[in-house]
Amino acid sequence: MFLTIGTTGTPERPATDLGFLLHKHPDNAQAFSTSYGTAHVLYPEADAERCTAALLLEVDAVALVRRGKGKGRGGAPDAALAQYVNDRPYAASSLLAVALSAVFSSAMRGVCAAKPELPAQARPLRVEIPALPARGGPGLVHALFEPLGWRVSAEPVSLDARFPQWGDSRYVSLTLRSETLTVAEALRHLYVLLPVLDDAKHYWVSADEVDKLLRAGAGWLPDHPEQKLITSRFLSRRWSLTRQAMERLELVRLAEADDSEVEDIDNAVEAVEAGEAVEAEAGKPEHETQEKPAPLAEQRRDAVVAALTRAGAARVLDLGCGQGQLVQTLLKNPRFTEIVGVDVSMRALTIASRRLKLDRMGERQASRVRLLQGSLAYTDTRLKGYDAAVLSEVIEHLDLPRLPALEYAVFGSARPRTVLVTTPNVEYNVRWESLPAGHVRHGDHRFEWTRREFRAWAASIAERLGYDVEFVPVGPEDPEVGPPTQMAVFEMHASGAQNKNTRPENAGNGNAGNENAGNVPEKNEKNKKNEKSEKSEKSEKNEKEAKAA
Amino acid sequence: MSDTQASTTASATPARVLPVTDLSLVVLVGASGSGKSTFARRHFRPTEVISSDFCRGLVSDDENDQSATRDAFDVLHYIAGKRLAAGRRTVVDATSVQPDARRQLIDLARQHDVLPIAIVLDVPEEVCAERNAARTDRADMPRRVIQRHIRELRRSLRHLEREGFRKVHVLRGVEDVENATVVTEKRYNDLTHLTGPFDVIGDIHGCSSELESLLGKLGYADGVHPEGRRAVFVGDLVDRGPDSPGVLRRVMSMVASGDALCVPGNHENKYGRYLKGRNVQHSHGLAETIEQMEEESDEFRAEVRTFIDGLVSHYVLDGGRLVVCHAGLPEKYHGRTSGRVRSHALYGDTTGETDEFGLPVRYPWAEDYRGRAAVVYGHTPVPEATWLNNTICLDTGAVFGGKLTALRWPERELVDVPAEQVWYEPAKPLRSEAPGGHDGRPLDLADVHHGRRIVETRYEGHNRVAVREENAAAALEVMSRFAIDPRLLPYLPPTMAPTATSHVDGYLEHPAEAFAQYARDGVARVVCEEKHMGSRAVVLVCRDAETAGKRFGTGGGPTGSLYTRTGRPFFDDATVTEEILGRVRTAVEEAGLWSELDTDWLLLDAELMPWSLKASGLLRSQYAAVGAASGAVFPGALSALESAAARGVDVAELLSRQRERASDAAAFTEAYRRYCWTTDGLDGVRLAPFQILAVQGRSLAALPHDEQLSLLDRLVEHDSTGLLRTTRRLYVDTGDAESVRAGVDWWLEMTGRGGEGMVVKPLGALVRGEDGRLVQPGVKCRGREYLRIIYGPEYTRPDNLARLRGRFLAHKRSLALREYALGLEALARLTEGEPLWRVHEAVFGVLALESEPVDPRL
Repeated sequence: MFLTIGTTGTPERPATDLGFLLHKHPDNAQAFSTSYGTAHVLYPEADAERCTAALLLEVDAVALVRRGKGKGRGGAPDAALAQYVNDRPYAASSLLAVALSAVFSSAMRGVCAAKPELPAQARPLRVEIPALPARGGPGLVHALFEPLGWRVSAEPVSLDARFPQWGDSRYVSLTLRSETLTVAEALRHLYVLLPVLDDAKHYWVSADEVDKLLRAGAGWLPDHPEQKLITSRFLSRRWSLTRQAMERLELVRLAEADDSEVEDIDNAVEAVEAGEAVEAEAGKPEHETQEKPAPLAEQRRDAVVAALTRAGAARVLDLGCGQGQLVQTLLKNPRFTEIVGVDVSMRALTIASRRLKLDRMGERQASRVRLLQGSLAYTDTRLKGYDAAVLSEVIEHLDLPRLPALEYAVFGSARPRTVLVTTPNVEYNVRWESLPAGHVRHGDHRFEWTRREFRAWAASIAERLGYDVEFVPVGPEDPEVGPPTQMAVFEMHASGAQNKNTRPENAGNGNAGNENAGNVPEKNEKNKKNEKSEKSEKSEKNEKEAKAA
Repeated sequence: MSDTQASTTASATPARVLPVTDLSLVVLVGASGSGKSTFARRHFRPTEVISSDFCRGLVSDDENDQSATRDAFDVLHYIAGKRLAAGRRTVVDATSVQPDARRQLIDLARQHDVLPIAIVLDVPEEVCAERNAARTDRADMPRRVIQRHIRELRRSLRHLEREGFRKVHVLRGVEDVENATVVTEKRYNDLTHLTGPFDVIGDIHGCSSELESLLGKLGYADGVHPEGRRAVFVGDLVDRGPDSPGVLRRVMSMVASGDALCVPGNHENKYGRYLKGRNVQHSHGLAETIEQMEEESDEFRAEVRTFIDGLVSHYVLDGGRLVVCHAGLPEKYHGRTSGRVRSHALYGDTTGETDEFGLPVRYPWAEDYRGRAAVVYGHTPVPEATWLNNTICLDTGAVFGGKLTALRWPERELVDVPAEQVWYEPAKPLRSEAPGGHDGRPLDLADVHHGRRIVETRYEGHNRVAVREENAAAALEVMSRFAIDPRLLPYLPPTMAPTATSHVDGYLEHPAEAFAQYARDGVARVVCEEKHMGSRAVVLVCRDAETAGKRFGTGGGPTGSLYTRTGRPFFDDATVTEEILGRVRTAVEEAGLWSELDTDWLLLDAELMPWSLKASGLLRSQYAAVGAASGAVFPGALSALESAAARGVDVAELLSRQRERASDAAAFTEAYRRYCWTTDGLDGVRLAPFQILAVQGRSLAALPHDEQLSLLDRLVEHDSTGLLRTTRRLYVDTGDAESVRAGVDWWLEMTGRGGEGMVVKPLGALVRGEDGRLVQPGVKCRGREYLRIIYGPEYTRPDNLARLRGRFLAHKRSLALREYALGLEALARLTEGEPLWRVHEAVFGVLALESEPVDPRL
């Protein structure tokens, strides 16, 4: 990792003043040891006209690995997982920023004992960083440096010239020029903005990080248009290089075994919600970009609570509870006496438990709620006997061929009296302005259904597994494309409780069919028909209205 | 009913001997001062005795604080419960003169299925009072307390047996108490001292001729084994079959002579009740037995009655390693004695439901079984005897035209003879329903994720592979969110260990080590297979969608699957998968392998290329990124250093070091580039199969690699689409220096041209060492340049190599073998037609183990 700071001068204001400003003599190469390797300062050119200082940090990759390494079982260097081959020895990251502040600490503070008038003087400056990781691309580099008085040239570095189709890497080759800034200002800008662009830190962010930011940002950060982004990234807890020793690494290893990126597999928890709320508020959510998150998610929860209330449910399963937002909502309502959140992701459950503050919850409250790891691809006896189950924005995260297993696990095996299923209405996607045509709303959505597709699916389940179903729109209903979210409310037939041997045609290998399909009492069947025709009238009406619009 | 041993011994002879069962709850009954503590101290170990006074002290600091009595007894019951659960005899030292106090203890004994035994110390009031007066802490105990105790004791005496005590010893007077001795008796079911060897024989049901054939096959001559083996019958000797008296005669004589043991089945039990004159229904084949026994003498019928009456519900044998009973027994009932233990041993457990044939639905106790002892039982007819959680059902339906099966113990070998005919029509078809009603039922979470889990395999040294909970949790997430339909995922490939670390200069891995390692393992001939530069792929290809539906239970649609090491589909688009399957299918067809292997599906282990096809995300974000960053940074850094040097600044050493690093980084970039090429649709995609894992009815995991490769060569030959690629190979004799040198040269040449390396495997594929344990099925020797993308661009620098040579391989090797055993097990279960959940259990285990912490670079 490497950067240069250069200046030009005149006989009256020689460029070599840079040596005084940086407290490093231009004719010597000096080495400074830092926690992660040796920093070298040297001057490739140094005369009155032109003087350039170079900072080269020789990263000791082993030290970096060992810092991040915990005591894994069997002495395995767990924390090395994502970093045995990594860019840190080459790219300009927070390591370089820390080296910069260590090697040029006086210069950064604007102190120069030998020539006290120098630090306050602006001079022509040129900073070059050949490999700067920039999450956000050249655009963000411009947006960050230009308001500070820099002229920016940020050339993207291609990933591999041999494979042009791979496109650009996340590195840019950066050149900054200015005539209006002091060396101290330049150093402080770099100290803050290098890790912001890299969006990763090699150390754990502690409380004094705020002080560091306030000190280095004095005089420029408060008025910076990207202040929010800079603040949140600088103080972020991201750690893309190594994972913490205490963290569950099993998923990471499975990704590794499959030559996949960790993020491909360990992605049950949205980065947005995992602690980057600040950035989300700043208007830059990473996923679910299109759904202004709070309102629709909230409306969905309200719709679920209303449907559960109508059904008279007290003991409720939240299947696919994620980070527990719905569980939290249900807990506030005393009519729900037992709430069980189930998710397949341990990481999501950990966050849910933190969100609910389970460890500090009063006994009475705590006795109402439980979080379980479970999977809807398998039947699970623990889930039997509940009043209702909610599958809110869950089914679309399953590959279609695996839906029958879920159908059986929920409707055939767990068999709650009421089942609520919500899922996006893909027709509505045209109303999300920023969603490119044909894109799903979320990277992990395996499918998104039209209203017709969803209804056909729900009706087939109801038919096979002994439920009645109604559909409820969630969110503002568009006359043409319907609501953003669609919800199906399933109610078990009166006779359904005995219908326990029912198996879906495709859930297991064998025993297909619904043996008790004929058991529905006639009266019930009639009611169902009436309800259905009412429903379909209603939906027809909606469709007509839609067409009229 | 010999499990109950009620006896009242009340005579007043000087030297009383009190038999006390080794696992029992002994309740001392006597007034305060009657000498219970002294008696307990004299006859039992101090840790066996819990006294209420001691517990009172524990909770209140005062052994005589009567207000603490309630809490004290809670503690006493708790400790006693823990001891009984652990199978330890417990003596309760409290007055226990009130029926209510005793009832709680009897309940406790029942709860833990042990015998409650009462020992009554009936000592005169004066003696008690005198003793109490001599003790400072009890000196002020009112006389009326002792009087009340004695009154209550006397009133209780007659009722003790009726209260539920299975032995009652009453000691009258001081002398009787003083002179008594206690002897420990074993339980009747405790035959742990018998170590066999045994031949456990399944349900016979009057199939006398088959029994004689089986005994003959096992080596018995007229009921006696020349090597002193002992037969153990799991019961159901009678009913339904042609000759129940013949079977009884044989078994009874073998039991009488000590050549056999026998536990009762529900059918004997019912016949026994009939013989006692009870009113029983003559259904389920009892009528046949009654009729056949009519021909026999009264004397024989009396013998049978005594024999049946004397049968013990189950036996614990061979140091506790083997439990034999009729209908199975959960671990907490092993060696226990209670009505419900006997009932479970005879009838098993039912869910309370009945099935479509009107028969009770049996609770799948064996699915929950996690005990150390092997449980061998019968009762539920199954087509094949198979191990499940260390239990095995030997009822293979001899009377229904199946076979009569025996298990050799400790060899764990199955021996069977076919039924001579269908002697009795079954009420429902014989199905692999037991153990545990798994007629193709959908997968249940408990099949895979249930605390720490043990998956059993048939491979020595890895009979019980443990899966930790946290690993199962991760596997559950991947299996649920990313994997393909489990029915089309019958196998996952095991991880492979690298060869031992080399000390050859400049090398971390070198084939010489691999050859030496196999030579040490006693493997004379190995095959070196070129390591393809792609991603591991498993291919399941069926003849058509109908076959896939029939064999794997999918509903039409896919004709197979193509998935990664973690069970994910290679291609999001199912039509691409089908296109590849179609090409493989055509090659199989053309090569004539369907008929030659007598199958309509094949499971292939393969490598799919290029690597960039699947790993492109990883390649770009990690490997290419490093290449890009290093490529961008070095030109500037080097020229700055050169300029500084030109100015006379002393940077020579730094400069030369940076030049080396720049060249290492360039070599790194070259290394990963070899694994990337662009593909367009299927153009450029290559599939190199290197093993046929299984076909219908047969696992081919043990087929030698030369035969494997020649089958696969034919497959490749018959592929006209250019998809399939052959695997280059070289055979090496590990004991022949020249052959070994040729192997090394082959590797040097291949990796010198940028090849990834090779895998060295024993030619025999599935090979066991002298100790019977599996030998590593292969080790990888990776090329020097390839390892750059594993260990980083600069790994070849001498100081780095020195450090890397300290790498730790033991865990990786152990993991590789455990996963291999599970993979083999999955194939065996699949090809033996076991239900989905059994196959999935092993497959899931492989995935879970993959998330164990092990150095990912190995």
